[in-house]
Amino acid sequence: MRKIIDWLEHRTGLESAIKNFLYEDIPASAGWHQIIGSVAVFFFVIQVFTGSLLAFNYAPTPGEAYNSVKYIMTELTGGPLSRGLHHWGASMMLIIVVLHMIQVFIYGAYKKPREATWMVGVTLLLITLVFGLSGYLLPWDNRAYFGTVVTTHIASQAPILGPYLLRLLGTQGDSVGNVTFSRFYSLHTVLLPPLTILLIGIHIYLVRKHGVAAAPGDTAPKRKFFPEQVFKDTVGVAVAFIILFVMAVVAKVPLERLADPTDTAYIPRPEWYFLFLFQTLKFFKGPMETFVSVVLPGLAVLTLFLVPFIDRGPMVRLGKRTFAISFVVLAAIAWTGLTTAAVVTTPKNQESADTTETPATETPEATANPQSPIPGASAPALAAWQRLIPEELAGLGIFKKQGCLGCHPGAGRKGIGPDLTRIPAGQRNVAWLVPHFKNPSQIVPGSVMPPVDLPNADLNALALFVLTLTPRNEQALEAAPDFVTQGAMVYQMNHCNACHQINKVGSKLAPALDGVGLRHDRAWLEKHFADPGSVTKDTIMPAYKFAPQDLDAICKYLLQLPKGA
Amino acid sequence: MDQPNQARHAAVDVSPTRRAFYIGFINGAMSLIGLALAVPAAIYLLFPPKLRKGQEWVETSDLSTIPTDAPTEIFFQRTSVDGWRVTNVKATAWVVKKPNNDVVAFSPQCTHLACSYHWDDPSHTFMCPCHNSVFSIDGQVLGGPAPRPLDRFQTKIAGGKLEIGPVEPHA
Repeated sequence: MRKIIDWLEHRTGLESAIKNFLYEDIPASAGWHQIIGSVAVFFFVIQVFTGSLLAFNYAPTPGEAYNSVKYIMTELTGGPLSRGLHHWGASMMLIIVVLHMIQVFIYGAYKKPREATWMVGVTLLLITLVFGLSGYLLPWDNRAYFGTVVTTHIASQAPILGPYLLRLLGTQGDSVGNVTFSRFYSLHTVLLPPLTILLIGIHIYLVRKHGVAAAPGDTAPKRKFFPEQVFKDTVGVAVAFIILFVMAVVAKVPLERLADPTDTAYIPRPEWYFLFLFQTLKFFKGPMETFVSVVLPGLAVLTLFLVPFIDRGPMVRLGKRTFAISFVVLAAIAWTGLTTAAVVTTPKNQESADTTETPATETPEATANPQSPIPGASAPALAAWQRLIPEELAGLGIFKKQGCLGCHPGAGRKGIGPDLTRIPAGQRNVAWLVPHFKNPSQIVPGSVMPPVDLPNADLNALALFVLTLTPRNEQALEAAPDFVTQGAMVYQMNHCNACHQINKVGSKLAPALDGVGLRHDRAWLEKHFADPGSVTKDTIMPAYKFAPQDLDAICKYLLQLPKGA
Repeated sequence: MDQPNQARHAAVDVSPTRRAFYIGFINGAMSLIGLALAVPAAIYLLFPPKLRKGQEWVETSDLSTIPTDAPTEIFFQRTSVDGWRVTNVKATAWVVKKPNNDVVAFSPQCTHLACSYHWDDPSHTFMCPCHNSVFSIDGQVLGGPAPRPLDRFQTKIAGGKLEIGPVEPHA
């Protein structure tokens, strides 16, 4: 063994290079707080390794990407684990890199002569963010697609540079398509990894050149990097790795539906570490929005770079770094507050169900058409109006029949009447709306709205529908087909909810009607209405004789009801 | 490293037992981490996919259209599972129908290195252009480097039509 090492040493100098690296002098005051950088390097290696594993089975075009990720998740042993390590590794990487930066910041280890080290470090932080951003698009599910659309729109608002950034990102007009995808993929796998390796190398070289920053007043004899500090580094690496591995095993990375650019009901959200920016976008409009989403972050990054030139004093001990520590605490509070607000106030997507949880009911024949890589089985997409209960749908039918859109044209458009998607809080209830329908000018003095002359039950239904409107869902809701609203009105008129329930609303006396179309066909339904006892033993349901168009409407309405949650 | 430095540092360096503990821990932890990464990676790369079966049996030509004792190359479509993609692919087989209506369907790939062979009427043999393997009408090796007779597809006759199935496992 010794002979081989000697041969290598003589030919390459490898042994002494390693020894020099390991037996570097470090200050006596060095300790646990300086392990975070090493953990970051380790996680970069894991990301490259797991990323390569994924790339071995991944097809990098919008047409095939989704299917290949699904293949990895459902058909390859160890696929979900590999993806899990990479996905959670990305999040952990960012946390570790930020913690490392905070540690260096509060200790003031960026001060002269370490300014260059700091600036390379900030660059590495930005690159980590770009890794996260570019990787996010690659599964090409709804989450990936829409999150990226929002990001490119933000980029497009950059002053002066906006249009050029868009062109660089390969977007044309509003769409994120093949070209953008290829650019994100090559950024993520071809351009950034070698750049990162280079910068990490420079960063470590600079750390070594200037030595690990000693605490002020540390005059004790220096110690060796190996084995004590390396031991501490290893403990940090081991703990972080255990956390990562457990997460990858326990928390399966979801894969939502295939990206559908025409899905108007999907609510985009970026990765969690961008949520704070996402939240600030909600508060500002117009030029202020550009300022807050592009200019301010840009200035913040610039300031971050220039920290060593802003804070030029000598290094002081940690206890005296009050400004630095308060700054970090405040930033942490702000970030946490904004992120929590984003999580709490952003409505969940109904379609976020993991499509890899229902595998293998698809036949190869069903997916044989290469033009439509839709993965077969799984429930058809729920339209926004399919989530409404019958009463709300009946209300929609009345809304259309009464021609309300004539004066209340909808989100963002100017009309004689106010925008019904933004009803003020005080009026957002049935108790206000129904009297308003009955006698508008009495409730709102000066109103020219004519009274809605309908029985109370109908007014209730109308009020309930109006309360479901939001700027986002308005068009999707109003797209409900007529047979659906007619059917819902027949349902309401006959008080079917006295015994049945749909969408958890109604009574539990009789079976729930969700998904009834999956159990029975039209002929069965018609027979059941005409003579319930002939198809269901011991039923107490009375017979119903409908006018032909009502029977048609209610059967069609019932047959399209989606499965219950 | 120069000796004086080493001597100075020895005083503040760690005790031998503690040093041994550190080195042991470093080696042990990094080996475990390495294993935890390498073993799943090997499994992920080497285990076969949980196969979605492509179409197993394909209906091809009517048996009456296949001449007796004259090997005929037939073409058919089958769905093929290729990783994450399922596509319709064109496939071929060499079919030999005997006078007693027994049917044999040979896989179109030479058993040497998978080149496509063809039927040579004058010599009444299957010939492969790559390395000159020669097979009889029964698929037996008559010459050349082929290590075994021609592989056969499983066959079925259903409703007068020939159905081609998966390749029969060879010896």
